[in-house]
Amino acid sequence: MSITSLNSNLLAPHTPTSREELWRFTPLAKLRGLHDLDVKLTSRVSLGNSKTVAGVVISIVDAKDAPIDSKTEDLVSLRVREMASKVLRIEVAANAEISEPIFLARTVESLDPEVSRTEILMGANSRATIVVENVGSITLAEEIEMVLDTGSQLNFVSLQEWESDAVHLGHHHAVIGKDATFNSTVITLGGSLVRLLPTVEYSGAGASAELSGIYFATSGQHLEHRIHVDHNIGYAKSRVNYKGALSGDKARTVWFGDVYIRANAEGTDTYEVNRNLLLSDGARADSVPNLEIETGEIVGAGHASTTGRFDDEQLFYLQSRGIPANIARQLVIRGFFLEIVSKLGLPEIEERIMARIENELEKASA
Amino acid sequence: MSTLEIKNLQVAVSTDEGMKQILRGVDLTIKSGETHAIMGPNGSGKSTLAYSIAGHPKYTITGGSVLLDGVDVLEMRVDERAKAGLFLAMQYPVEVPGVSVSNFLRTAATAIRGEAPKVRTWVGEVKEAMASLNMDPAFAERNVNEGFSGGEKKRHEILQMELLKPKIAILDETDSGLDVDALRIVSEGVNRVKQTQDIGIMLITHYTRILRYIKPDYVHVFAAGRIVEEGGAELADKLEEKGYAEYVTA
Ligand SMILES: Nc1ncnc2c1ncn2[C@@H]1O[C@H](COP(=O)(O)OP(=O)(O)OP(=O)(O)O)[C@@H](O)[C@H]1O
Ligand SMILES: [Mg+2]
Repeated sequence: MSITSLNSNLLAPHTPTSREELWRFTPLAKLRGLHDLDVKLTSRVSLGNSKTVAGVVISIVDAKDAPIDSKTEDLVSLRVREMASKVLRIEVAANAEISEPIFLARTVESLDPEVSRTEILMGANSRATIVVENVGSITLAEEIEMVLDTGSQLNFVSLQEWESDAVHLGHHHAVIGKDATFNSTVITLGGSLVRLLPTVEYSGAGASAELSGIYFATSGQHLEHRIHVDHNIGYAKSRVNYKGALSGDKARTVWFGDVYIRANAEGTDTYEVNRNLLLSDGARADSVPNLEIETGEIVGAGHASTTGRFDDEQLFYLQSRGIPANIARQLVIRGFFLEIVSKLGLPEIEERIMARIENELEKASA
Repeated sequence: MSTLEIKNLQVAVSTDEGMKQILRGVDLTIKSGETHAIMGPNGSGKSTLAYSIAGHPKYTITGGSVLLDGVDVLEMRVDERAKAGLFLAMQYPVEVPGVSVSNFLRTAATAIRGEAPKVRTWVGEVKEAMASLNMDPAFAERNVNEGFSGGEKKRHEILQMELLKPKIAILDETDSGLDVDALRIVSEGVNRVKQTQDIGIMLITHYTRILRYIKPDYVHVFAAGRIVEEGGAELADKLEEKGYAEYVTA
């Protein structure tokens, strides 16, 4: 069962093969050994901030001083934990309200496989927006662990605007405390192979997670997102909304949404949805929402998944008003993604992302 | 001065059982300044006629021609038809999630006029047109037709007609789903366009009610895929009284 297999104690470290459920969609040969126990991975703190922000302490600590809280893991996360010697730590002080977004930029050096670990600690009742900007060429396995103390709110944004040769395996794990709110937005546009695991678990009632994402795969790209929400305690909420588009030959996306409501998780409220838009032949989107429910005492649980082509009626309507087909398509795609991107409240990033999508659309239809 | 000439138009749709002929030779000429009402039973092919002229991909033209000022419309792409001056107010306007009305209107006006309308005058133009159709300005920020009530969708269609200034407009049951006040407001909108723009109108309707506001010059009875009778406004009253029995059994 794919859901329970992401939980700990089930995995002995080994090199995954494509016969394994969790890896069967991933083109392992493209990973440059990130997954291979025989390949040495360099440890490098590749994320960093350019500006200091009052109320936020950013430091680099020894891995042994940064124990892992996550009960969710996968084979590559295990390697990251084992190999990473240093950890980038971001601490937001209790009660601090950081209005300005904290930007963490990735530095890149080479295509040699490397690991990176980051830890984000949100003090009680603190608020912050943290934006990870991934650009350049890299072969990266990383883990970002986020721990939200009581009443805190973290808006976490991970932008994958990689060059076309980048390989990125990532695990973003949040442990959400009592009455804390975790908003995650994952935007994956670049990279040759990107496989991300946004996962959450809860440590207090009233905790809430909103996991959103968009991805746009063009020819030859493999973009994989595996969401895992562990309703391990009662009275927590989760919303998952991912939207993807694919254009071009061998454009490939994989989306899994595993939501696990344990027997003790009474009062759970969850809904997940994934929508995919196929813009050309030869592209393939897999979409697997997966809800495992062990108690009936819940507020609600639902899921939806659609994979379809452009709605011809929408295109006809726009064209019947004089709008040429390519602009009509742009309008619809922009609208499709804008639902999620506009919620970021970061207009510059919104513009940049939409411009890149439009640019890729044009290239794909040229 | 424009003329839309529909000559012996034959149209089929593909169904699971193969091609099904819907239009069986429609002849109709509409000139600027004229209003032609089309009335006919459900399923007789009125919307098929409207959509075929607009270029909906679902319909296959199996014969005949449609000319706008002598130019073959059926050879044009859908957007080219709109640019040439055709407009279809749809019976069931389509929801376009994620695209705001204001963005949509501006993009359409830019396409049809060949240049982006000047921001300052455009905003005023839209506001004024919305106000005269009793549309809340908040609609501009909503997504195209998304969650609009039936009547709101119809007003939005007429709003587009006012702004895009077509030569020939086809209104497919624009009156259906309108309350009494909305019917008057929408009719006034159509009449305003008739007065200020030299427009020809094909008005598809089931009810004489709208014809009290928008006076037709001609009434055509449509049955089984063709026009079976033509007359003046008095023909509509006869239809209201007697129905279509004499046309469909023929
Ligand atoms: N895909 C299809 N398969 C079978 N029949 C179809 C298909 N599409 C349209 N039709 C038929 O074509 C005929 C004409 O439809 P159309 O919508 O043009 O009628 P109408 O005159 O506008 O009717 P109404 O007054 O109800 O709006 C109808 O009988 C309809 O069922
Ligand atoms: Mg109809």
